[in-house]
Amino acid sequence: MSSIESDMQNYKELLSQYLQTRNEAILYQAEQFSKQSIQQNISPDEIVNVHYEALEEVMPDMGERVRDSFQFLIETMIAYGLAYQEHQVLREKQIELRSEIGVAANMQETLLKTTIPSDEKVDIGVKSVPAKEMNGDYHHFIKDEDGNIGIAIADVIGKGVPAAFCMSMIKFAMESFSENEINPQRILDSLNRVVGRNVEEGMFVTMFYGFYDTTDHQFYYASAGHEPCYILRYDTGKFEEIDAKGLLLGVSNDVSYEERQVDIRSGDLIILLTDGVTECRVDDRFIEQEEVLDIINQYAHLDAQGIVEGVFQYFERLQDFQLRDDFTLLVMKRKD
Amino acid sequence: MNLHIDDHLEQDVGVLKLSGEIDAYTAPQLKEKLLSLVEEKPNVEVDLLKVSYMDSTGLGVFISALKLSKEKGHEFKLVNLQENVYRLFNITGLNEVINIENTVEGEIS
Repeated sequence: MSSIESDMQNYKELLSQYLQTRNEAILYQAEQFSKQSIQQNISPDEIVNVHYEALEEVMPDMGERVRDSFQFLIETMIAYGLAYQEHQVLREKQIELRSEIGVAANMQETLLKTTIPSDEKVDIGVKSVPAKEMNGDYHHFIKDEDGNIGIAIADVIGKGVPAAFCMSMIKFAMESFSENEINPQRILDSLNRVVGRNVEEGMFVTMFYGFYDTTDHQFYYASAGHEPCYILRYDTGKFEEIDAKGLLLGVSNDVSYEERQVDIRSGDLIILLTDGVTECRVDDRFIEQEEVLDIINQYAHLDAQGIVEGVFQYFERLQDFQLRDDFTLLVMKRKD
Repeated sequence: MNLHIDDHLEQDVGVLKLSGEIDAYTAPQLKEKLLSLVEEKPNVEVDLLKVSYMDSTGLGVFISALKLSKEKGHEFKLVNLQENVYRLFNITGLNEVINIENTVEGEIS
């Protein structure tokens, strides 16, 4: 017996038992029958047909008009059946797409991997968490021959797959700069042209670029429309905002970026972040900047990686915490 | 939260009055309305008085409108920005390239 015939037999028995006893346990079995039918891709009109045939045997004296009404119902259900089939096909496609995006996300992770430079003078920690599968935030480290450290943090406006592609482009552009010409202003000037030339309309990038001179502990930086960054001074326990004027990358070709310089003292903390950090929502409200800084301050006694992990875990533990945008927090701590 | 878009003409100036939030969900409808208005009208004004929140997708919409207005030689400006909305334009340096008039403080928040 083919499975549909055995199901048919089964359905008929269930129906006649139910009509005799009105036992609710049989309703439960009917539900099981419907679940099995879904698994076997049996369409709604086929089920109505099964019901009709079962009824013919159970109630042979069913009137002509009732019979006709079943033909009517079966016709009506055919469109549902087709819609259901289409839904199944789409579901399969969706599973396929999701697995492809998963592969792309893995590739992106490998592609954009950057190693945190180990250094005896500065301790660096970073935490980057995508809101969706692919990360539109990016950070990059480079160390020159003299042991100075270049550090970039960027955020693509736009999310998901297109943003991720854009990030890969930025990464390769950055790697084409020689290690010995790390200069925040010049790097942003030239990235601005790369983004302007290659990125489709409607996608833009913010970036903060810093250069830490490990000999005299000067931090040089420039910003292309990025969130302000901060320094937590060890001796006063106070935050200073560090920000430089500059337009988003890719909006206009004729801009030049401003470069500034700040003195980093022993124990000071440089904090770079993306707006995902300040755009976390908790209970339908945004976390204010001051609150983020306050939490950073609470963990500031830890080592750099401990700080960023601590801050993220703090927010993650809050009730109804939602990451609306990719989250990247990066800190550098002067050790000696 | 939704975005309500009202458009009307004030002495040949195409005015878009927005109220609500501009984010990834509401930005597409804003983009459609705004770009077609900038395309048609030599003068367009967007009133953001009742916009309580905007994220970076909103910036993308206004940058597209800016580029289109330059291509067409049309005027395009933003008026009555709440402080938190203005902050985004300020951080991104867009306040230097987009015509912005009047920022307001604390009308709604």
